[in-house]
Amino acid sequence: MSTVNLPNPPDLSCNSVVKDFAGHRAVNDLSFAVQRGSFFSILGPSGCGKTTLLRMIAGFIEPDSGEIVIGGRNMRGVAPNRRPVNMVFQQLALFPMMSVGENVAFGLARRGVPKAERISRAAAMLERVGLAGAASKRVDQLSGGQRQRVAIARSMVLEPTLLLLDEPLGALDLKLREHMKIELKQLQAAFGTTFVYITHDQSEALVLSDHVAVMNQGHFEQVGTPQQLYYEPATAFVAGFVGASNRIFGQLKSLYGDIAELETSDGWKVRARKSGQMAVGAHVEAFVRPEAATLERDASLLPSDQAHYVGKVQALLFDGANSAALLQEDLTRFEFRVALPQTGRFADLKVGEKIYFSFDPQRAICFSGHGGPHV
Amino acid sequence: MSDGRIWQRRLILALLLAPALLWLFALILLPHVQLAVLALRERVAPHVFQPSVEQFKTFFAEPLYWQVFVRTALMSIAATALTLIVAFPIAWVITKVARGRASALLFMVCLIPFWVSETVRALGWLILLRESGVLPAILVKIGLTDMPPELLYHDATILVGLVYTSLLFMVTPLVSSLESLDNSLIEAAYDLGASGFATLRKIVIPHAAPGITAGCIVVFMLSLGNYLTPNLLGGKNSQWFTELIYTQFIVRFNWEQGAAFGFLLLGLSTAIVALGLRLSGQRFVDVMRRS
Repeated sequence: MSTVNLPNPPDLSCNSVVKDFAGHRAVNDLSFAVQRGSFFSILGPSGCGKTTLLRMIAGFIEPDSGEIVIGGRNMRGVAPNRRPVNMVFQQLALFPMMSVGENVAFGLARRGVPKAERISRAAAMLERVGLAGAASKRVDQLSGGQRQRVAIARSMVLEPTLLLLDEPLGALDLKLREHMKIELKQLQAAFGTTFVYITHDQSEALVLSDHVAVMNQGHFEQVGTPQQLYYEPATAFVAGFVGASNRIFGQLKSLYGDIAELETSDGWKVRARKSGQMAVGAHVEAFVRPEAATLERDASLLPSDQAHYVGKVQALLFDGANSAALLQEDLTRFEFRVALPQTGRFADLKVGEKIYFSFDPQRAICFSGHGGPHV
Repeated sequence: MSDGRIWQRRLILALLLAPALLWLFALILLPHVQLAVLALRERVAPHVFQPSVEQFKTFFAEPLYWQVFVRTALMSIAATALTLIVAFPIAWVITKVARGRASALLFMVCLIPFWVSETVRALGWLILLRESGVLPAILVKIGLTDMPPELLYHDATILVGLVYTSLLFMVTPLVSSLESLDNSLIEAAYDLGASGFATLRKIVIPHAAPGITAGCIVVFMLSLGNYLTPNLLGGKNSQWFTELIYTQFIVRFNWEQGAAFGFLLLGLSTAIVALGLRLSGQRFVDVMRRS
């Protein structure tokens, strides 16, 4: 590895990368850079082009135009087996005809590393991922989490500039997935290798990443830290895709500085911080996170500078610390989700009960948008 | 479960197996017992026989017999190897390159020649290859030779015919074993720095090994036991062991010698298949189950 002392030069940069498939633009003029040693996620719904992008970085697909630079080298015309990039596949793609040790040593063997060194390096790598002594096991003797670690070890033993991960947690059950999330983050921190991770699971992206790019229809809606995406979404798509939100469609009635007041078709008026330019009368949509709202049984206890609403409890969605209540706003029957405080103060809430709620307009965000949910 | 139910289920199982068992018994086991009796007796006078291994002694004493025997085995092995080399790329294209309808169409193209009987196909080769046939005429036309060459009655001609006849039986198991190979394994190997050849050697062939072995067993047995193709395409030079058996039974009316030859052929094919399995590290049961 080079010893250039630049502060975190990018390990990966894409410049105006374009890929078309039979008239459909899968990746549309993408440019971005990933800093050395960071954990970068590409988050998007299925069909947004994230897999195509990853396969272009790995070299399985050539971009139609634009360039991909990895570790300072332009990758045009460089075959996947000659790129300083390794990939952890969605279904892991461990070689069933080989032992665990042979799997890990496979890449070393292809580089002509002598057998004794291969075996010792594979064993050392297995030890680093917590699988010491598993070298002689068959792949089908391992659990899902262990296979995951073998797949990572198999790539990391080659010391790639960049490790690509294609939704590797997708096949695991929930409990293991939560566990592997933490393990993956720890592994990345320990190796210090740049990880590029693609997923459609926003929780994976938020928990794991230093930076997340939210991808939609072939372009990036926003690139930022998980906090930025969550608290300062740049577009309505990001606000809707990252985290849970109440999405309120309406018409802009008036502007008070950076606060917009909108009215739904049923006449419900809410206020939210505006994002971008919008004119009175335009169609807008506001996003309010469930935890931004405050619940009170006594309306006088709600913050006096906020609009107060009355709702009837429709359903209680118990999920431990993420519990929420689904309210129906009294006047307009708008369904509004409010997070229940973790203190357990509303643990006795009943379905059908009437309750007051409000939210700080600064913690809600309003984008100019479409006339209704049917886009 | 009551006794009655158990017996009922056993009866159903027996009835279901009956046709197969009957077939095995009447067409395989019974004739072989008869052949074994024939092979191990000697006629000492008209209608007087005594147990003997005379037929087997004759086989080893007469150089022509065992030379034809060895030649048939070697040619069959060569035909099997050639069929594998030809069929593998075909199966690869059908499973990994072509998509959807194109893949089905290619498989059909492999199948279509088998709608025609083997005799007709062999005669087709005669039309193409004989001295006054199509291919020699083309060779003369493009100026490669002055006189139309005789392309029939060579060992190469027999091999071409055998490969053509057996191709489908190699392509089918290869297609089914390559179909089950996950493309991401190939990509993973490539991603980890493997060349195309290394991927073939380390990933594709180990995965397809049962299919390759099954195809080789079938093609080898078909070639070894083939009578028509070597006879028509090789003519008098073919020297195929099945022709010796035919001669003993039909021309010489020496059933005892023919039966002994039959058993020698059976032993030969069993021995070579067992050797092939041993060399490739496969088990017969696994091969038959997986392909």
